[in-house]
Amino acid sequence: MPQLDFANPMVLAQAVWLLVIFGGLYFILNSYVLPQVATVLEDRAQRIAADLDAARASKLSADAAMAELQAATAKARAEAQSAIAAAVQQANAHAQAQAEVLNARLAEQITAAEGRISASRDAAMASLRSVATDTATALVTRLVGRADAAAVDGAVGLALSARGSL
Amino acid sequence: MAAEGKSIDALSQFELGTALGPLGASVNFTQSNLHMVIVAALIFALMSYGMRARALVPGRLQSLAEASYEFIMGMVTEQIGHEGRRFFPFVFTLFMFVLFGNMLGLFPYAFTFTSHIAATFALAAMVFVLITVVALMLHGKKFFGYFFPEGAPLWLAPIIIPVEIVSYLSRPISLSIRLFANMVAGHVMLKVFATFIVMLAGLGAVGPFLSLLPLTINVALVGFEVLVAFLQAYVFAILTCIYLHDAVHLH
Repeated sequence: MPQLDFANPMVLAQAVWLLVIFGGLYFILNSYVLPQVATVLEDRAQRIAADLDAARASKLSADAAMAELQAATAKARAEAQSAIAAAVQQANAHAQAQAEVLNARLAEQITAAEGRISASRDAAMASLRSVATDTATALVTRLVGRADAAAVDGAVGLALSARGSL
Repeated sequence: MAAEGKSIDALSQFELGTALGPLGASVNFTQSNLHMVIVAALIFALMSYGMRARALVPGRLQSLAEASYEFIMGMVTEQIGHEGRRFFPFVFTLFMFVLFGNMLGLFPYAFTFTSHIAATFALAAMVFVLITVVALMLHGKKFFGYFFPEGAPLWLAPIIIPVEIVSYLSRPISLSIRLFANMVAGHVMLKVFATFIVMLAGLGAVGPFLSLLPLTINVALVGFEVLVAFLQAYVFAILTCIYLHDAVHLH
C-alpha cells in the first residue's frame, strides 16, 4: 500500500505541505473571505428585521386608524340618534301645542255656538206663546167666527204650563 | 496499468509522484499537494467569486456559498454552543477542505489526497492539538480531571483513568483512519470494478454484454461515493465539533 510506505519521503512531505496549504487556506478564509460572507448575511438579517419592524409599525398605525374610524363612526351615529330624538321631541311638542291651540279655539267656538243656540232657543221659546196664541186665535176665529182674546190667551197659558215647558 | 497482464492493480492510483517539474521535485511537492492547492483555490473561488455580488437575494453560486457557511455555522453553534463561534473558521476550513478533497478525487485522473493516512492524520493531529490546547488554556489543571469523571468510585480510578486516556489519545487515530479507510475502500472498489469491465469485455462475443454488469455496479458506486464523500467530511467536521465541545465544557 503506497500510503503506508513511510520510507518514501514524499509521504511525510505530503503531510508537511498539507499543513502549509491548509494553514494558508485557513488564513485567507478567516481574515478575508468569511467576514465578507458574515457581512452579507448580517446585512440581510438586518434588512429583514428592519422590514419586519416597518411592517409591524404600519400595522399598528393601521390598527390605530381603524380604531379611530370606528370611534368616529360610533360618535357620529350617537350624534345622529340624539339629533333625531331631539327633532322628534320638538315635533311632538309643536304638534301638541298646535293641538292645544286648536282645541281651545274649537272649545271657544263650541261655547259660542252653544250660547247662540241657547239664545235662539230662549228666543224661540219666548215667541212660542205669542205664536200659539195667534194660531189658536186664528183657529177659533175660523171655527166660530170670533175669538175672545183673553180666553184664548188663558187657555194657551194653561196648555203650555200643562206641557211643563216654560 | 490496471488491466495489463490480466491482473487487478487497484493500489497504483495511490502512488505518490512529484508535481510541478523539477522545482516541485526539489521540495517533494507531490501531485497530492497539487490537488490540495486546487481544492483550496476552488474553496476560495466559491466563497469569494460566489459572494462577489453580495446580493440581498442570492444567486445560485451565492446560495451555495451561504448554505455551506450557514451549514457549518449551525453545526458549530449547535454542538459547541455560542462560544464555539470562534472555532467556526477552523471547522469551516476543515469541512470544506475534506469535502472538496473527497469530491475532487472522484473526477477521472484526479488524485484523492484524503486517501492518504499521512494527510488525514495531519488533519486529525491538528484537531487533536487544537482541542488539547483549548482545553488547557480554558481549564488549566482542571483539564486533567476530564480523565476521571466526578462521582466515580475511587477504587475504579486505576481502570477508568487509563481507559479515558487511551480513548482520548485514540481520537486522532480513529478520526484519521475513518476518513482514510473510507476513501481507500471506495476508490479500490471503483478501480476493481472498472478493471472487471475491461477484462470481461475481452472475453470474446459475450464479453461486452457481461461487462455491462460491473459497469452498472460502477455507476451505482460513483453515486454511493458522492454520498460517502459528503458523509465523511460531515463526520470529520462534527466529530471535531464534539471534541471542541468537550474541550470547552469539559464533560
